[in-house]
Amino acid sequence: MNKKQKSLLIRIIIATIFFVPLYLISEEIVKVDIPQVALIVLFLIPYLLVGYDILRKAFLGIKNGQVFDENFLMTVATIGAIVLGEYGEGVAVMLLYQVGELFQSYAVGKSRRNISELMDIRPDYANIEEDGSLKQVDPDEVEVGTIIVIQPGEKIPLDGIIVEGSSALNTSALTGESKPREVEPDDEVLSGSINMTGVLKVRTTTEFDESTASKILDLVENAASRKSKSENFISKFAKFYTPIVCYCALALAILPPIFCMVTGVGMAGYESNGALWGDWILRACTFLVISCPCAVVISIPLSFFAGLGGASNQGILIKGSNYLETLSEVKIIAFDKTGTITKGNFAVTDVHHSPIDAKKLQEYAALAECHSSHPISKSLQTAYGKRIDQNRVTDVEEISGHGVIAKVDGIPVAVGNEKLMTRIGVEYRPCHHVGTIIHVAVDGAYSGHIVISDELKENSREAMKQLKEAGVRKTVMLTGDAKSVAEKVASEVGLTDYRAELLPQDKVSCVEDLLKECTGNDRLAFVGDGINDAPVLSRADIGIAMGALGSDAAIEAADVVLMDDDPLKISKAIKISRKCLGIVKQNIIFAIGIKIACLILAAFGIANMWIAIIADVGVMILAVLNAIRCLFVKNL
Amino acid sequence: MKKTYKIDVDCANCANNMEEAAKKTEGVKDCTVSFMTLKMKVEFEDGADVDTVMKNVRDNCKKVEDDCEVFL
Repeated sequence: MNKKQKSLLIRIIIATIFFVPLYLISEEIVKVDIPQVALIVLFLIPYLLVGYDILRKAFLGIKNGQVFDENFLMTVATIGAIVLGEYGEGVAVMLLYQVGELFQSYAVGKSRRNISELMDIRPDYANIEEDGSLKQVDPDEVEVGTIIVIQPGEKIPLDGIIVEGSSALNTSALTGESKPREVEPDDEVLSGSINMTGVLKVRTTTEFDESTASKILDLVENAASRKSKSENFISKFAKFYTPIVCYCALALAILPPIFCMVTGVGMAGYESNGALWGDWILRACTFLVISCPCAVVISIPLSFFAGLGGASNQGILIKGSNYLETLSEVKIIAFDKTGTITKGNFAVTDVHHSPIDAKKLQEYAALAECHSSHPISKSLQTAYGKRIDQNRVTDVEEISGHGVIAKVDGIPVAVGNEKLMTRIGVEYRPCHHVGTIIHVAVDGAYSGHIVISDELKENSREAMKQLKEAGVRKTVMLTGDAKSVAEKVASEVGLTDYRAELLPQDKVSCVEDLLKECTGNDRLAFVGDGINDAPVLSRADIGIAMGALGSDAAIEAADVVLMDDDPLKISKAIKISRKCLGIVKQNIIFAIGIKIACLILAAFGIANMWIAIIADVGVMILAVLNAIRCLFVKNL
Repeated sequence: MKKTYKIDVDCANCANNMEEAAKKTEGVKDCTVSFMTLKMKVEFEDGADVDTVMKNVRDNCKKVEDDCEVFL
């Protein structure tokens, strides 16, 4: 509890101590002979003690032209009740309203802390070795290239490369993955992970502002400022709602008694005109108490915030409440193949139809592709196994979606798919093996092909099953690969559809076609690994980048970032969003529903002040507790 | 230019009011207030003097919500 909350708590306790005996006396449960005037004065003590700040805010609001807010509602209602002789009720309303405020402020503060603990990756210091001893410095001041020392149990403050030592890292705050990661010299380490076993010396590669931990924190903190439709709806709702209720209350106080007096209908129940007016004004006050919009206004942003926090704890970073909302409406998902459904660790499995030595063919292919960072090129380079002398390669021309043409030792070499062979006019032999087929032409003559295969991720199948269960009706794989590969992968994993042999730019038009299939509120998500698919990520309703840890382009382009590359996280993200949106809807319907019901009861004089305040504070407490449930998403 | 400021405010609706007030301040192009993170993100008009604008923003916020604070 902070200072403000503590002082409010003390005020509430003291006011309650004053209030209870006074109430018992005024209701004649305890018989004490005390003049009416003295009783009123005594009642004012707890009233002012507990409610003076509300009265002050209401007054300032009127002065500054911001009349209709909940302070105004409470002030008018309680003063009205006291003036009409319902002292006990008036004071009780103020007292319980403050109890509600205290609870709300405590609950919000608590969840704020909980969520920031979940995301506790901000490093406090970095150790630098100086004259043989360690010195703690602010990570902000560490320059790129500095050697920092990380002791066991410490957080890694900056991204870098290990120069000395090996250890196990706990990356759960970044990825949600609880299995420790083993690291040794030359491995990259990311800030925000925790060093568990050995001392590490790390050469930093980023400044603090550019480090993974800072970027993630930045992303999470900014997420709450991108507001969802529900949040915008509620803030607009609150803007119109309060004035409308105030006028309704005014009408309730004036119109029925005038109607009764003019027509004489219903007058029989009242002793005098005064009693008639008193009854309706009291009803109007009750009406005002019920109408206080706090419950809805607080619980909606709280739900979203808790949902975003819970998701980031699971290694799912959602860039805004609006994306959380969109994610819950996803019905069609398009996947990139490589790195998303498959592992992307290609390996050369075979060489066919080569008139020259297979080793020589691989050498040509590896050299020609030596400038490319595409996973396929990487696998060719790995299969070659020797150091690549880039000086042997000249005139490199990369043709997107086709392959590479280059001169190796002065001999023209073309390495790529069937399209490339057609393009350069070389007759090729198709391959009946499933996998990525790389055709090679040396000096204008066909020299066979290399078969490269990729493995499915262990969880891809399970992920598709779970997505189906989560209500995703269509899963489509988009790939540049041959049809045979795409078909095999699609049927093994259980995708509903696939599009093969796409050039990178075709993926965008594919997504556009799929967008046309979305009807009503259905949304389309695209899942990729963030390499080469930034345009598609931004074209889809929601772009999900996976395995994005350390990839800036992906974090930039995507709306949802999965920190590791487990496809199960996709369905988890959708389930989290569904749960969160479900709670938001429950709260809107529940809170507004109860309010309207009580408002009607109050208008007919059935609900008294007590029911009114309990409806108001009780609904708020339940709504806040319900909202906090969004935080618990671990077992979804 | 965008800048983020820490704020202090007690209720979600008050945060919405602060956002409205800040948006109406001269020199402010756009503003979002997040009640949950207690942050105010302000986008300034080109050539606006950040310090003066923010002082006005704080005054305007205090007008609608006397209990709030913007930490400049």
